[in-house]
Amino acid sequence: MSFDDGEELRRRDPRVEHILRNRLHPQHESLISAPAETRGPSGLVRKNPHQIGFIGPNGLKRIDRLAGNGPVLGRDVRAAKVKTEALRPLVSIAQAEQFVVAVMDMVGGRLTAHDKDVLGQAQQLAAEIPEVCAVVAVVFGAVKEDAFELAGVDRLIHLRGEDYQGYCPEQSIAALQVIDQKLSPRFWLFPDSVHGAGELGLRLAARLQERPATQAWQVSSEKTTFRGGSQRTDICVDTPRLLLLAEESAAPIEDTRHEVVPMSELTEDLAAQVLPCIKDGGQVAVDPKQISLAEAEFILAAGNGITDWEQFHSASEILRATEGASRVAVDDGLMPRNTQVGATGTWVSARVYIAVGISGAVQHLQGIASCDKVIAINTDAGCDMVKRADLSVIGDSQEILAELIQLCELRQEQEMKQGVEHVA
Amino acid sequence: MLPELKVVALVSIGQHIKSGRFQRADQDARAVELGLKLRGVDLTVLHAGSADEPVLRRYLGAGLKAITVLEQPAKADIVGPMCEYLNEQGAQIILAGTKAECGEASGMIPYLVGERLGWPVVSRVADILSVANGEAEILQALPRGQRRLLKVRLPFVASVDNAADAPRQSAFGPGQRGHIHRVQAAVVADELSASWTQVPAKKRPKRLAVVKAKSAADRFKAATAKSQGAGGVVLQAEAPREQAQAIVDLLLEEGLIQ
Ligand SMILES: Cc1cc2nc3c(=O)[nH]c(=O)nc-3n(C[C@H](O)[C@H](O)[C@H](O)COP(=O)(O)OP(=O)(O)OC[C@H]3O[C@@H](n4cnc5c(N)ncnc54)[C@H](O)[C@@H]3O)c2cc1C
Repeated sequence: MSFDDGEELRRRDPRVEHILRNRLHPQHESLISAPAETRGPSGLVRKNPHQIGFIGPNGLKRIDRLAGNGPVLGRDVRAAKVKTEALRPLVSIAQAEQFVVAVMDMVGGRLTAHDKDVLGQAQQLAAEIPEVCAVVAVVFGAVKEDAFELAGVDRLIHLRGEDYQGYCPEQSIAALQVIDQKLSPRFWLFPDSVHGAGELGLRLAARLQERPATQAWQVSSEKTTFRGGSQRTDICVDTPRLLLLAEESAAPIEDTRHEVVPMSELTEDLAAQVLPCIKDGGQVAVDPKQISLAEAEFILAAGNGITDWEQFHSASEILRATEGASRVAVDDGLMPRNTQVGATGTWVSARVYIAVGISGAVQHLQGIASCDKVIAINTDAGCDMVKRADLSVIGDSQEILAELIQLCELRQEQEMKQGVEHVA
Repeated sequence: MLPELKVVALVSIGQHIKSGRFQRADQDARAVELGLKLRGVDLTVLHAGSADEPVLRRYLGAGLKAITVLEQPAKADIVGPMCEYLNEQGAQIILAGTKAECGEASGMIPYLVGERLGWPVVSRVADILSVANGEAEILQALPRGQRRLLKVRLPFVASVDNAADAPRQSAFGPGQRGHIHRVQAAVVADELSASWTQVPAKKRPKRLAVVKAKSAADRFKAATAKSQGAGGVVLQAEAPREQAQAIVDLLLEEGLIQ
């Protein structure tokens, strides 16, 4: 039996099948789906009076005056059930007396898994507080997220505008301080991460002169356990007001929907009045060869299927990708040892991984397990790398890389031209 | 090198993550390295704690002339006395590690110092490119090996990231010859941490993937489902040009090429 069609399970009903086989069964007529009205050979509409209506549950004949538009009896009702996304119950908080404020990382404008854990923890803490308590999420800059309601956000403070573009800790802290004064939240939660919110937590703690718990991983409204330095000790304290949570400190929200009411009255007068001392000069172009393989975002990896190494290097240069290699390429002395990806090399976490002429041995696939998108370029459509890949291109690596380089050069030329036009 | 600049590196005692042996704290050693780059061997290196700590000699082994130690007992709040000393010395750039390697390790020191002195704090510094006209150009480390350029007016506090240049090796001889300069300072007791209970860390349980299935069929499906691998798009018959175009499209979609 196959369950491929999702929720829509087709079940056999032996009783109905039996009735359909037995022409003498009183319900047989009503189950066989011969239409009661047919167009006869002369073109006239013919009614079959015996087929109009059906035998009702009490044995009497019933006529369906909805003319077949009503629910059809006898068909497998369960099979006809339409697939509907079960809506989670909505939790709405009209008047909140207390607040738990969670500041989000929002990497790429979306909630990270860590953010969702933090919101889950916020909801847990809110439930422990005896008064009516709402979870407020604070997000900065451009936002692409559309599932705040499913992540457990009751109120949303969205700080956008020029002041909150790029790296702006001073403005952000000024805003958080205003929020602190206005809401006097019972708890402040931050993900203890490298993406910015953790830093804001420390800055806010310094500003408010309160001692936070960092790397907290077991939190209730009474007691908190957090990891000390080098992950060597667990320190148990009375829960402070500011908490920087480790990953997976609590489960994300899974069963409820929340209102996501924007707190616009708060965000209006949050316009920053600070003169920042730190000026953001923007992100700088980093030579992809300098980025360590383990943290690289975009990797072009070479295996035994590469014949023209010059071409491979120029491809990685023009794509601005970090170079990786399979063990065979490394053992043959064609690539340096520190580029080896896999079980005995580096475990990479790239967002996009292009495997050129790599067959996909388990030892290699292990190393790329946490990659998001894998692109395979290979002559063999049946190899394991193609099975793993999101996009596979079957053909000679040399030809395809040549085309790829050409395409990129074309794009660059076009850009140059456009740039010149802009200047002119 | 900028001889007229007053640079102070704050150092702490590090601990090896597996063996627990005391050592130079990695980020602090990187902060010293960055200070050496800016200021040379006249860099002021400041430690608050016990002056008899043998690890201090490991810092001296990087070629420093001296280390200043603000004498403090084990459970004390060092921020106040340290800021007082830094103010007296007229420091302009303060370098510290992002996080300590033992104890509470909250990473608050740079922010507390910055707050107390009223200076801006720049986090996760990978390099200080230049200091000119009272303004510093700083490279900040971002996740995935990316860098951001920041400009900050002096004075400021910088917390140094693991992405900064690795510290030079510590040599035993110069470490023994280096001078440890003791400074007496006021002691502010840290009462809060006295009430904490500390236990050796247990391994945290991994989160299990719990199947929330409402029907038997769902549970069956969850138990027998193949781990992804439904396979992606395979382009076999297309011309190499079209295949390359497909790759470029995907890279564009992911924002990896412009
Ligand atoms: C203990 C142990 C540990 C190991 N650890 C690792 C590890 O960490 N990392 C690692 O990578 N390997 C590791 N290996 C080796 C691994 O088992 C494989 O041998 C290796 O990954 C194969 O490398 P490959 O895919 O480049 O070469 P091959 O298996 O030879 O594959 C070459 C591929 O290129 C394709 N090809 C050939 N010509 C062309 C062309 N012109 N254009 C396009 N495609 C072409 C072929 O179809 C084939 O799929 C380990 C092995 C052992 C025993």
